[in-house]
Amino acid sequence: MEFLLEPLHYEFFRRGLLAAFLIGISSGLVGVYVVLRGMSYVGHGLSHAAVGGAVIGFVLNLDFYVGACAMGLLAILIIHKITHNQKIKLDAAIGIVTTAIFALGVAIINKLRHFKQNFEATLFGNILGITDQDLIMIGFVTLMTLVTMFFTYRSLLFATFDSEAAQIFGIHTESVQLLFSLLLTLTIIASLNVIGVTMVAATLIAPAMTARMLTDSFSRMIIYSMGVGAITGIAGMYMSYILDIASGSTVVLLSATLFSLSLFIKSPRNSG
Amino acid sequence: MPATYLSDAEHHCAILLHNVATGYDNHVLFSELSLQIPVGGMVGIVGPTASGKTTLLKTILGMQPMLSGYIQINGQAINALPAGTIGYVPQLESIDWHFPVTVEEVIMMGLYTNGRIWPWLSKTERLAIHDLASRLGVEDCLRQHIGEISGGQRQRTFLARALISNPKLLILDEPTSGIDIKTQHDMLHLLADIHHGGTTVVLTTHDLNAVASHLPWVICFNRGIVAQGHPHDVFTNEILSLTYGGSITIVKHKGRLLVANSQPLHFDHARHH
Repeated sequence: MEFLLEPLHYEFFRRGLLAAFLIGISSGLVGVYVVLRGMSYVGHGLSHAAVGGAVIGFVLNLDFYVGACAMGLLAILIIHKITHNQKIKLDAAIGIVTTAIFALGVAIINKLRHFKQNFEATLFGNILGITDQDLIMIGFVTLMTLVTMFFTYRSLLFATFDSEAAQIFGIHTESVQLLFSLLLTLTIIASLNVIGVTMVAATLIAPAMTARMLTDSFSRMIIYSMGVGAITGIAGMYMSYILDIASGSTVVLLSATLFSLSLFIKSPRNSG
Repeated sequence: MPATYLSDAEHHCAILLHNVATGYDNHVLFSELSLQIPVGGMVGIVGPTASGKTTLLKTILGMQPMLSGYIQINGQAINALPAGTIGYVPQLESIDWHFPVTVEEVIMMGLYTNGRIWPWLSKTERLAIHDLASRLGVEDCLRQHIGEISGGQRQRTFLARALISNPKLLILDEPTSGIDIKTQHDMLHLLADIHHGGTTVVLTTHDLNAVASHLPWVICFNRGIVAQGHPHDVFTNEILSLTYGGSITIVKHKGRLLVANSQPLHFDHARHH
């Protein structure tokens, strides 16, 4: 038990643990819809767009989250616009829009030789770097995601399962899609400093994939996914501390291990 | 067009189309289409593949933009209809059968229109689902995953989703496809019962024999209405050839119609060569 209690003496670890727990819950919840909508690539793309936005924000003397959120949301709106006429598919639109914003960030870093901001934590995740501002952002996004998805559960389920019929039954599927994209963008941005750009996509989808292997019920999948997300968040932080490895890596490795185990535990058709 | 301009006959239309044109990307699929389906009617729309049957349904449902004309459902524009007026059963080919939902969760989707925002079912909702599922014969599989149930049970599950909000108009896209002949028969009898309960029923199908034996009114459609009426009046060589573009044989036996292709394949003949 001592190895579990010892890290809790440190303020930075307690912050990191709380952040990882909250991110695990919100990513687990949002991830269910990401996986079922076939949007797994969007997490990868949006995290890159957010970094581009953070760089642009830094140049303009804006807060990290302001720049990242602004460009993340702009990316979502452009992607939505491009895919609206159905000639361009979602994965292609994500590929060009988010990479272009990321490329803009890289170009700015290259051009401004005096660029001093260290984005290593943003790229790979770092428990030492969790600030009060990060915790407030993570807490706010988690609460907002939980409340919104609780009250839009029925419309989100219907629109995800059968979008066309949902529209006929009176659901404004485009509004639902935009609302979901907003929550997704905020969840990704809130996760960046803990998990890192390079890992955030896996954190988003792995708990949902594990949950999918354990149940055939949508409501249970959501509960399982949030549970797996929270557990891997907490366990991943301990592993990060004990093994002295970046927190993003340990959380993702643990998530991948749990998913692998779930493949052996049950096949979808044999559970309730 | 405002409802006040409508004639009495038009006021009693469940579905009214007036000079409707629709299409994709400047390509007109059909134009000047006018159609009246009375309240309490039961209508089958038949036609070959790519004849525009599904597009016609989507236009009626407001899913396909019109190029011209107007459509009214129960005397109102589609976007002015109260939620739950229309029940819709899509083509089941479009459903992802691996999606993690149980039969009960699928039927629950139809309750979206009752305005309840809590994720879980109320006691009244659960009772309504059980009653309807029992009536449609899917009560025993409520907790089962949708991929685990038979084709007939799938059709009934989606029918239950459409009926749970007690719609006045029920629209079904190919409800007889992908199920065996006995299940088709049961499905059409079930729809007839729903129709007798006062619901207007409109469906598309490829199965002319099912229409001939179960539906009181049929519309032959191929990028426009070729003919409409009772199957005994409409299912003639001439009309079906015009609709399908080939030679079709109609057999009348003991007051019943049987529709067959006129050019059967000669397997025995082919085998000898």
